[in-house]
Formats: sequence, structure tokens, C-alpha cells
Amino acid sequence: MREVNVAAITDAIAELSMDANYNLGDDVLKSFKDALEKETSPTGKAVLEQLIENAQIAKEEQVPMCQDTGYAVIFVELGQEVNLVGGDLYEAINEGVRRGYGDGYLRKSIVSDPINRVNTKDNTPAVVHVDIVPGDKVKVTIAPKGGGSENMSAVKMLKPSDGAKGVVDFVVEAASNAGSNPCPPIVIGVGIGGTFEKVAYLAKKALLRELGQPNPDPFYAEMEKELLEKINKLGIGPQGFGGRTTALAVHIETYPAHIASMPAAVNINCHAARHKERVI
Amino acid sequence: MTVKRISAPLSDEDIMELKAGDNVLISGVIYTGRDAAHKKLTELVEAGEPLPVDFTGQMIYYVGPSPAKPGKVIGSAGPTTSGRMDAYTPTMLEQGLKACIGKGSRNKAVKDALVKHKAVYLASTGGAAALLARTIKKAEVVAYPELGPEAIYRLEVEDFPATVVNDAHGTDIYEVGRQEYALND
Repeated sequence: MREVNVAAITDAIAELSMDANYNLGDDVLKSFKDALEKETSPTGKAVLEQLIENAQIAKEEQVPMCQDTGYAVIFVELGQEVNLVGGDLYEAINEGVRRGYGDGYLRKSIVSDPINRVNTKDNTPAVVHVDIVPGDKVKVTIAPKGGGSENMSAVKMLKPSDGAKGVVDFVVEAASNAGSNPCPPIVIGVGIGGTFEKVAYLAKKALLRELGQPNPDPFYAEMEKELLEKINKLGIGPQGFGGRTTALAVHIETYPAHIASMPAAVNINCHAARHKERVI
Repeated sequence: MTVKRISAPLSDEDIMELKAGDNVLISGVIYTGRDAAHKKLTELVEAGEPLPVDFTGQMIYYVGPSPAKPGKVIGSAGPTTSGRMDAYTPTMLEQGLKACIGKGSRNKAVKDALVKHKAVYLASTGGAAALLARTIKKAEVVAYPELGPEAIYRLEVEDFPATVVNDAHGTDIYEVGRQEYALND
């Protein structure tokens, strides 16, 4: 067993909170530039230029690219040969969020109760997903998730007979309904299979993939391509002002399903497709 | 692309000259206000109490800025989704508000109220928060400091960029733009 002190996880989360909010990934920046070449709408082009400039300013000044610095969604891949010492894992993660969002001048957007809404003032608690994996390493990924795009997400319990067409129609409909609200151009995470709760997790996890990297299964890679084309034909365009770039990428993740079920989920991310990871 | 320059207070005549799709640069004063502030403001109106700010002819920007770093006027400050304010906006327009700034679509009640009260809905680029913050020259909290990022700020801006989405003539650029670029199989 390898001992890992949870203090190292706190430090990593604190640093990654700031990194993810200040420095947009090169994959996303490249997709803006590719989109700019293809976009035919003048207003759409102007928006894409603003997004590129905004990312540069955020990086230069080390300030958040978006004021909504998000719900801190944390994915942990915990090696089963790791012995965590020095405290509680979840508390260590929350301390990292507390420190990163405080020291980094990031917005505190979490209320302690969904109905009686009082701000916790330190952006905690995080939403934490832990996967036990082989090995003696701990991989932590932070994916700060803005509320505007998250609100446009959807889950649907499709019937097995709905087939691939049912999924495609559902995803395109979700993007169409979202329209200008989630800050297009968007990144779309799609989950198919599993159970009601598993499918939403898959859709979220799909957002972590490098932008535009296809699903390794050619069938799903083709479905991703078809979805992206269909969604970009909707005409919504950058910020909804009309144009060809409504989505930058569609990523599908799947899981085996029950003979009676075919759940599907769509998790919409805005163009600030933020995620940073570290292996400890 | 032509760009119009506007500043508050806005008159009915100023509003009628703005058309959906126009790009504008705003200079002068804008107030911030989002979910929790709107809830408090409309509760005051319903109770017949005075508002903490006179909104006659003014603009409200739906934003919850990130905290200012030392030496900065404000943190990053991009628009939030406006649809969440739909329930409150007709009431605010009755109070004399002339423009609201956010991102994303509005419901029919808001669009009708914009026509009725001669007002406009503008959008800025969602997520372009570091870029937009550069146009904010001064920021002070004028109401509800306890709401943190949802407090009402008085901002002084210079060349703050926005696009007219819904004008007082009933046109919606989100609908027009989408129709123009949609491709049917």
C-alpha cells in the first residue's frame, strides 16, 4: 500500500480550481479558431473573436474567464492500493475548494439549501464522484460547472424500441430547446445506458474528454458526428444570434442497460469547457 | 456593422430608435441585479414600499460578478441567464426600467411588456466576463450587500458592448437569426 496524505489532495484541488477558471484548455481555444474559419454569420464571428480575446485576458491577468466559476465538480480516481492518511477525503476536497475559491477570487455560487437559499460563502460543498481503480495513484479532476448551461440539461427514460433515432432526436431537441440560454457554442455530453442516476453521471463525464476526440467505438463516433452536424444545422449560432456554430463537440459515453431500459442524458456545457486534472 | 452609443437615463425616443440586431456600446451608469435582488425588489413593489434605487430610465445588468482582485475595480462580470428574471421583469418595467442586459431568451410576457412600456432587452456575450470587466470603471454596492455576488451594484461603464435582442417593436433577434441560418434537410 502507498500512503497518500489527503493534504496533497487539498493542495491539488486548490490549485486546480484557479487553473481551471483562469486558463482555458488549448483544445477549446483551437476549436474556437476552427469555428471562426467556418462561421458565416458576422455577429457569430464577432462573438467567437470576443471569446478568444476573453480567454487571453483571463490567462494574462489570471482572472476567471467567466464570472460563474461554477459548482466544483470533482472526479477522483482512487487507486485501490492507496492508503489515504491525514484525514477525511471529502473534507480534504472541500478544504481545497474553500482555499482555491477564496485565494483565487473566484465567485462563491453555492447555497446551503435548494429552497431556503443561503450562500455558504466558500463555494462548498463540492460534488464528488469517486471511482476505485487499480494501482497506487490518485487522479483528481475538477470540472467547475456553470449554472446557466447546467440548467439546460435533460434526462429521459427512453424505450429500447426508440433505438438510436430516439437518442438522436432527444439530444437534438435538448440543444434546440436550450437555444441561446447556455452560452453557445456549447459542448454536449451525452450518456446512454445504465440506470437513471448512472446515465446523468455518464453525460457529465463525457464533458471531460478532450474536445472533439471521438468515442473509441466507431458506431458511437459516427453518432457523435451525426449529432454535431444536426445541431449545427439548427442555426442557433454563437450566443444564439444566428450562425453555423451552435456546438463545438458532442461526446457520448455509454454503459450496459437493463433489458427494459434505455436511459439517455444530455449535460450541456457552455463554451468555457473547463476541466483540469492532476495525478498524485 | 453599425454601432449605436447609448447611456442612461433612456427616453422613450431613445428606445424607439433601437432595433433588434443593433450592436450598442453603453457608457455611464448601469445597475446590477439578479435572482435574489429581483425577488426582494418585486416584494417591495407588491408591498407598496419604495425601492432602494430609482430605476426610472435606467438599465439593469443581470450579473453576479466574481470578487475583485486587489487593485481591481471588479472581478469578472459577464451576463447570467435572463430567463430566470422573467417572472420579475414586467414589474420592473412598470417601475420605469428601460433596458435589461443578460443573455438567453425571454418569455412572451416579458416581450409584450417591453413593447407596452417602450423598453429593450439586450444581450452581452455570455462567458466573456474578463473582457466585459475591462469596460467597468467603477463599482459600488448600493443595496443588499448581504446577498454577496447577488447584491445590487452601481457600475460606471465605458463602451460596454451589447446587442439588442428584443426591441420595443416586438422583434426578437434570436428568432430572426436562427431562422436565417437554419438548414433544413
